[in-house]
Amino acid sequence: MALDIISWAMVAFILAASCAMFISRDWRIQLSALAVQYFATFWLVTRHLPFAMGAAKLVTGWMVVAALGMTRLSLSELEEKEDPLGQRGQWFSIILIMIVVFVTAGAAPRIEAIIPGLGLQVIAGSLLLIGTGLIHLGLTSDTLRVILGLLTMLTGFEIMYAAVESSILVAGLLAITNLGLGLVGSYLLTAGSTSTTNVDEEQI
Amino acid sequence: MSAPVIWILIPLVAGALILFFVPERLSAIVGGAVATVLALVAMIFPIDTALLISTLSIKISASVQVFGRNFSLNTADGTLLVIIYGLAALWFFGTQASGIANRFVSLGLIIVALLTASIAVEPFLYAALLIEMAAMLVIPLLVPQYQKPGRGVIRFIIYQTLAMPFILFAGWMLTGVEASPGDIGLTTQAGAMLGMGFAFLLGIFPLYNWIPMLGKEASPYVTGFLLWALPTFTVIFALGFLDRYTWIRTSPQLSGAIQLAGVIMVASAGLFAATQKHIGRIMGYAAIAETGLLILAMGLRSAEIVNVTFLLLIPRGLELAVWALGLSVIKREAFSLQFSEIRGLARKYPVAVIAIILAHLSMTGFPLLAGFPPRLAIWQELASQSLVTSFWVFLGLLGLLVSAFRTLAVFVMAEEKTAWSWNESWIQAGMLTIGVIGLFILGLVPQVMQPFLSKLPALFEHLSQ
Repeated sequence: MALDIISWAMVAFILAASCAMFISRDWRIQLSALAVQYFATFWLVTRHLPFAMGAAKLVTGWMVVAALGMTRLSLSELEEKEDPLGQRGQWFSIILIMIVVFVTAGAAPRIEAIIPGLGLQVIAGSLLLIGTGLIHLGLTSDTLRVILGLLTMLTGFEIMYAAVESSILVAGLLAITNLGLGLVGSYLLTAGSTSTTNVDEEQI
Repeated sequence: MSAPVIWILIPLVAGALILFFVPERLSAIVGGAVATVLALVAMIFPIDTALLISTLSIKISASVQVFGRNFSLNTADGTLLVIIYGLAALWFFGTQASGIANRFVSLGLIIVALLTASIAVEPFLYAALLIEMAAMLVIPLLVPQYQKPGRGVIRFIIYQTLAMPFILFAGWMLTGVEASPGDIGLTTQAGAMLGMGFAFLLGIFPLYNWIPMLGKEASPYVTGFLLWALPTFTVIFALGFLDRYTWIRTSPQLSGAIQLAGVIMVASAGLFAATQKHIGRIMGYAAIAETGLLILAMGLRSAEIVNVTFLLLIPRGLELAVWALGLSVIKREAFSLQFSEIRGLARKYPVAVIAIILAHLSMTGFPLLAGFPPRLAIWQELASQSLVTSFWVFLGLLGLLVSAFRTLAVFVMAEEKTAWSWNESWIQAGMLTIGVIGLFILGLVPQVMQPFLSKLPALFEHLSQ
C-alpha cells in the first residue's frame, strides 16, 4: 500500500516535471525537470526491475542531464529564445498537457486490462512521459528541446518496457542510447558556435 | 576466435584507433584496408567450419555471449559479410578522393560494426537498438563542427529514435501473437506497431522528408553513405521479421500494404525528383525510390524475395558511392549543388559529370548499367501480380529518368567556346572510373553476383521456400 502511494507520488512528480519542462523557457528549469523525471522513472522501473538496474538508469539519466547542462552553460552568451506566442503560448502548452493527462487517464486502465500486472502507476507514468515527449517533438525545432523531447519519450517507453523485458543487455543498450542522445544533443548545441576557421581543419 | 569478435569487435576497435592515432591522409587507406581484409577473411574462411591448412586447423566459432545474450554469425552470414565489408571498403577508399574529414573512416567503420552487430544479435529484434546507435554516430558526420544543424538532421534523429520503441514493443507483442495466433486484435496491434517502426526507420512516405533535406544541407558523400548503410541493414532486419513470423509472411493484407508503401515511395520520389533543381536533393529522391523498390521486393508474393532484394542491394552500394563521390568533386568547385551553380561544369569536370549521370541512369534502371538487372527482375515479378502497380513504378522511374536528363542538360549548358579541361585529381578520376566500370560490369554481366546471391537465401530459410 505504501509502495503504491509512493508510486502515485512519483507519477505526480512526472506530471509536474513534464509541465515545468514544457512550459518553461529557462534551460536550467528544463534540465532540473529532466533530472526529476529520471528520479521518478527510477522508482517506477524498480517496481519490475532489480534495484541495481534501476539505479543504472538513474545514473545514466543524470549523466545526460550533466552533459547537456555543462554544454548549455558554456553557451551562456546565447540569447534566451523568446516564446513567439508569449502568454498565449503557455496556455496552449497547458491545454496540450491536459489533453495528455486525459488520454493517460483514459488509456491506462485499458492497457492494464490488456497487459495485467504492469501496475496503473507504471502505465500512467509511462504514458505521461511518452505523451509530453511527443508534444515536445511536434511543436519545436529548437535543438535542446528536441533532445529533451526524445529523452522524455524514451524514458516513458523504458518504464513500460522494463515491465515486460528484464534483459541486462537491453537495459545496457538503452542506457547507451540515452547517453548517446545526450551527447548528440551536446554536439548539436555546440555545432556552429565555433569559429569558421575550423573549415580548413575539417578538410583533408 | 569467434566471428562476432572478427567482424564486430575488430572494426569497432580499429575505428577508434583510426580516430585517435592515424593521421588524416592515411585514414582512408587504413580504414579501406581493414574493411578489405575483413571482406577477404569472410570470403576465404567459412564460419563454424574447420579449415585445414597444411597441419594447421582453423575454425571460426559462430557465436559469443554478451550479458547472457548471443551475438551469432553463421556460415550463411559469411557471404553477407563479404558484401558489407567489400562495399564499405569502397566507401572508405573513396573518402581520399571526396576530400571529407578523416573521422568519416573511423566513425564509418564503427557504424558498419554496429550494423553488423544488429544482424548478429539474438533475439534479433534488439537490432533496433543497435541501428539507433549507428544512426546517432552518423550525426557528427552530417553536421561538421562549424555548421549549425539543419532541419534535416533534426528530423533524421527524431525519426530514427521514434522507430526503436515501436519495433521493440512490436517484438514483445509478436511473442504474444506466437502464443495465441488466433487473437486478431493482438495481431493487428503488433502489425501496426511493426509497420510504424519500419516506416520511421526506412523513411516510408511521408516520413522521408529528411532525406532530400540532408541531400541539400549535408556533405553528399556522408549522405550517400548514410543512404546506403542504414536502409541496407534495416532491410536485412525486416527480412528477418518476414522470415521469423509466418503470419507476416503469409498475410495477403500485409503483403498488399507493403507493396502499396513501396509503390507510393517509388512514384512520389520519381515525380518529386523530376521537379528538383538541386542535384543533392535529386540523389536523395533517387535513394528514396530505390528504398521503395526494396520495400516492393519485400512485398512480393514470391519465393524470389531474397534474391530480388539482394539483387537490388548490391548495386545500390556502388551506385550511391559513385554518385556521392561525383557530387563531392563537383561541390568543391560549386559549393552549392543548385542547377544555377553547376551550369556547364561538364567541360571542367568531365569524369565526375559522366560518373554522376551514369550512376543516376543506373538508378533509373537504364539498360547496360548495374540497376537494370534488378529492375528487370522486379518488373517480371510485378507484371505477373499487378499491372497497376507496375504502371506506377514505371511512372516513378520515368520521373527519375527525366531528372537525369535535366541534370545532364544543366551540366553541358556551357558558354560557347569554353575549353574542355580536366580538373579532377588522379585519385578522383581513378576512383570514379573504377566505379563506372563496376556499374557496367554489374549491368552487362550480372552473373558476377551469382556466387553471392546463390548463398544468401540460406540466411532466410522460410522466405526462400
